Amino acid sequence: MKPLDPRLVRTARAVRVHLAVTVVCGVVVTCLVLAQAWLLARVISGATDGQGVGELAWAISAVAVVAIARAVLSYGAETAALRSAARAKSELRRRLIRHVTGTSDSAPAAAGGSDSGPVWLSGQTGPDGTSTPRAGELVTLATRGLDALDDYFARYLPQLVLAVLVPVAVLVVVARADWISAAVIAVTLPLIPIFMALVGWHTQARTQRQWRLLNRLGGHFLDVVEGLPTLAIFRRAKAQAAIIRRITDEHRGVTMSTLRIAFLSAFVLELLSTLAVALVAVEIGLRLMYGMLDYETALLVLILAPEAYLPLREVGARFHASMEGVAAAEQVFTVLDSGPAREAPAGGPAAPRSRAGDEVAALPRRAGGPAPRIRFDGVGLVYPGRDVPALRDVDLVLEPGRSLLLTGPSGSGKSSLLALLLRFAEPTTGTILVEDASLAAPVPLSLLSADSWRAAIAWVPQHPYLFDDTVAGNIRLGAPDASDAEVRRAAELAEAHGFISALPDGYATRLGERGARLSAGQRQRVALARAFLRDAPIVLLDEPTAHLDPDNARAVRVAVARLLRDRSGVIVAHDTGWTDIVDAVAHIEAGRVGERIPT
Amino acid sequence: MNREPLWRMIALARPRGARFALGVLLGALATGSGVALLGVAAWLISTAAQHPPITALSVAVVATRALGVSRGVMRYLERLVTHDAAFRTLADVRVRVYERLARTEPVRRFRSGDLVSRLVSDTDATQDLLVRGLTPPLVGIVTGGAVVAVCTALFAPGGLLLAAGLLSAGVAVPLAAAALGRGPGRRLARARGDLSTSLVDALHGAPDLIAYGAMDRAVRRVEEADAEITRVARRDAALLGFGEGAIALATGLTVWATLLLGVAAVSEGTLGPVPFAVVVLTALAAFEIVSPLPAVAARLGAVRASGERLFDVLDTPASVSDPADPAPLPDGPARLRVRGLRVRYGADEPWALDGVDIDVPPGRTVAVLGPSGAGKSTLAAILLRFRDPDSGTVELDGTDLTRLPVDEARRVITGVPQDPHVFTSTLRENLRLARPGAGDGELWEALRRARLADDVEAMPEGLDTEVGSHGARLSGGMRRRLALARALLAAPRVLVLDEPTTHLDPDARDAVVTDLLDATEGRSTLLITHDLAGLERVDHIYVVSEGRVLQHGSHEELLSRAGWYRDAHALLRRG
Repeated sequence: MKPLDPRLVRTARAVRVHLAVTVVCGVVVTCLVLAQAWLLARVISGATDGQGVGELAWAISAVAVVAIARAVLSYGAETAALRSAARAKSELRRRLIRHVTGTSDSAPAAAGGSDSGPVWLSGQTGPDGTSTPRAGELVTLATRGLDALDDYFARYLPQLVLAVLVPVAVLVVVARADWISAAVIAVTLPLIPIFMALVGWHTQARTQRQWRLLNRLGGHFLDVVEGLPTLAIFRRAKAQAAIIRRITDEHRGVTMSTLRIAFLSAFVLELLSTLAVALVAVEIGLRLMYGMLDYETALLVLILAPEAYLPLREVGARFHASMEGVAAAEQVFTVLDSGPAREAPAGGPAAPRSRAGDEVAALPRRAGGPAPRIRFDGVGLVYPGRDVPALRDVDLVLEPGRSLLLTGPSGSGKSSLLALLLRFAEPTTGTILVEDASLAAPVPLSLLSADSWRAAIAWVPQHPYLFDDTVAGNIRLGAPDASDAEVRRAAELAEAHGFISALPDGYATRLGERGARLSAGQRQRVALARAFLRDAPIVLLDEPTAHLDPDNARAVRVAVARLLRDRSGVIVAHDTGWTDIVDAVAHIEAGRVGERIPT
Repeated sequence: MNREPLWRMIALARPRGARFALGVLLGALATGSGVALLGVAAWLISTAAQHPPITALSVAVVATRALGVSRGVMRYLERLVTHDAAFRTLADVRVRVYERLARTEPVRRFRSGDLVSRLVSDTDATQDLLVRGLTPPLVGIVTGGAVVAVCTALFAPGGLLLAAGLLSAGVAVPLAAAALGRGPGRRLARARGDLSTSLVDALHGAPDLIAYGAMDRAVRRVEEADAEITRVARRDAALLGFGEGAIALATGLTVWATLLLGVAAVSEGTLGPVPFAVVVLTALAAFEIVSPLPAVAARLGAVRASGERLFDVLDTPASVSDPADPAPLPDGPARLRVRGLRVRYGADEPWALDGVDIDVPPGRTVAVLGPSGAGKSTLAAILLRFRDPDSGTVELDGTDLTRLPVDEARRVITGVPQDPHVFTSTLRENLRLARPGAGDGELWEALRRARLADDVEAMPEGLDTEVGSHGARLSGGMRRRLALARALLAAPRVLVLDEPTTHLDPDARDAVVTDLLDATEGRSTLLITHDLAGLERVDHIYVVSEGRVLQHGSHEELLSRAGWYRDAHALLRRG
């Protein structure tokens, strides 16, 4: 890991400003360090020669001025560093979020701003609403991860600058005063990084092996605490206490042998820097005694010698904490470099970017108007990195205003079919044709702009995601400008008005993170209200009542039947419990759509 | 007992007191060596300036060299000793936390995985406190005291000045900075919370947002939250920079004042030039003593909060108690009778179970069905002895369950808890948990009955397959079957299955329920569930809602009567 990542410098203007400020501060601090040492040596030797307060007043006052200047400078540098860190973090965060959500800075409002789905969706099983662990990692990275940059900016970088400037300046000054001391410093100073590198290089393989073992042992306590109820019912809880002690002791043993090595580099740093000062002190003491040096020079050298090593020690002490921030920044760059956001659509094959230019006019949005006819023509879908196609040779027609129940076991391709309709994925073979009165001829779905196409769709996923917003705000997801009366009407249609009215603030109740306040059935009904308010001609429903208890399932069923009226609809479900409210049933198995039974 | 969590956390280290004392001594020697090096060197030089005979300097020369070596060595030893002591204490604390958790009701606490992982990191915070929070202040007191004493002996005003400087730089400024930082910390935490919520919404909710064309709005919300946190951080930077500046000022002014008083004293003849040089250079070096303290003060708040949560667990009273006069294990046909069972989680809370009667006849399978919040998991907690009932009885073959020692009761009644945990280990270890020492034959038999044997045979490592963290390398259905196999291996008299199929997709759920009912045939079994899958095969069904039994009977009886069960069934089994 580099102490200063060039990408970090290039990316954020705040970083470049900060670097400039830091270097200027570093130069001034170096001058102040030299001035203080010289003044102290002057005053002590002057007083020893019998000069009084009056004669030394100028120097003593200058010491106070230097003290105040150093205090002001260190306050200013710290404040400026924290400000730069805040700005750099913000810049990285914004680029990250724009990148992973597929909303680019350059053209945020461009047609199909989120054309093919965000890059982080790739690798997900499908648009079934389950979140990826990747999303969780990104959230941590964008908040706590980047916060570690504070330390890097405010503590590490300034010390790094000083670690370059101060030793050189001290060497120059000491060399003019006493070349032998300068030689001692000049020899020991480079030894520190060399020895630290040698120790680090020598122990790296061993410590890495041990850290791996440590991680395994470290996870044990969490594992057994999480599994406590399970251990308890099998009467293993008491025995486990002894095991925890044994494993923690093993953990300690391994950690200590790792630390014995890990602390060596700090030991080398501390030993060499202190020993060098001691050597310099003895050497100038002896030469002073033989009259080869004057007292003031000796004092100057003695005061300056530790200063040469101090920034190096500080850098060493802050190295690990600061590198967390650098590592976080590097992770951000890795994500940013992971290709253009739109190249990898939602778990699906790449949608050729070049086609975007060929997009024909958007599908006009007509609330309540008839839906287009959608024809699947030999459609196949293979997810990248997988051998088995998720769908193969699907021929299917979705007639305007009619509903289709798609049944099949899990993994049969039901959700993939919805993903195609939602444009989260594009067919790898065959075409999906859209026939609509507004279009002269049938048009492949992939040539329509994704945003305008999705505007014709209302989707109720299996696990709808509710946002940390009010109930009304959640219902307005697809229609931000809807009036309160329209929101309420949609909730009534979705059988949701009853429980929403019973919430403490009714429609203005905040739902908490991920809608934690509501039960699964209530969340499903809020999602249905969303779909009603969207008033789209096509509705897609994924397992609307799976996991619901009978009371909730009943309400959801009523609302779904209402939603399907006069709209094109596809219900995906594992069983046939929906046949009496749909117009046709198709069965899907291993990616193939089988018989189609009109009901 | 002192209620301050910091003191209580430190008190946890008392059994390791001698090791920590050694650590503090070594730390004091290390820090002291650094300060003394400059003091002795100052003496050496100022004495040498008077051109004495070489013998006058020999002790100082040796001392200087020794100090040059001892600082690094002592620091290295100090770090090893304190880390070792802290790890030993961590083992004690982990065991205490674990034993306490095992005696309180884990079920409700464990509803949230976040709470568990936070508890674990709180436990580990004691180690951090002991290494970084306890030793540096003690080392500071010992070294600071010694250095001030030496300086005072040489030049009383200088010593007092140094004491004042060290106290302000090491105590007053860090505490003031921590207090000043509290407001920004709170504001930042709030802004960070908003940012993280908006990020979670934008990333986890991405499919919904994209489908509804709302992603741009969500990103705007993230950017607003980002603008706010950046604004707060930039504004508060002015407050947070205070500590650094104030410490630099205290250091510089202390040296300046010492210099001023020293020069005056030297010219008055009350202070010799040699002690003068020693006092000034010692003062210059002494601030190294207090340099670790601001970091300690800044972290105290977080460590205290960890301690509060930790002692919240350690102070929780046990929710089950072993009987003073235990009854012998019942030895009948395994008939479970629940009568008038009432449970609630606090004096002001509603009854979770409000007078429930349930019978499980020997060898029969009985289901308890109801919507979420009906009290089903409370019933499981009572049966699995995570709680004592508030009133009413649970009897096995006429013996009251509370008259058995807790682990004896779990010998006769056990099963599959809600969200059974799969441990990061092999299949074999996960199974043997239920019967240590079970041979491979028994393990395979249990796997066969749970219909998992074929899958395991297909794995190259068989029973030695590592299942990954939380069984991540198994499918959801396989994890459920593993839990079932484990319960079968324990071979209790009564099997309790608490929601054995939650979070499975419908196909897997139906398959698991079928196999589970096959596997438990002939054993007294209580199946707690919220869905209707497989209920036509059980002997008796209790419908529970809001802590009471609404109706009960066989599948056919309940279908023939108007009521909740028939309605629910009609709805879900239509078509």
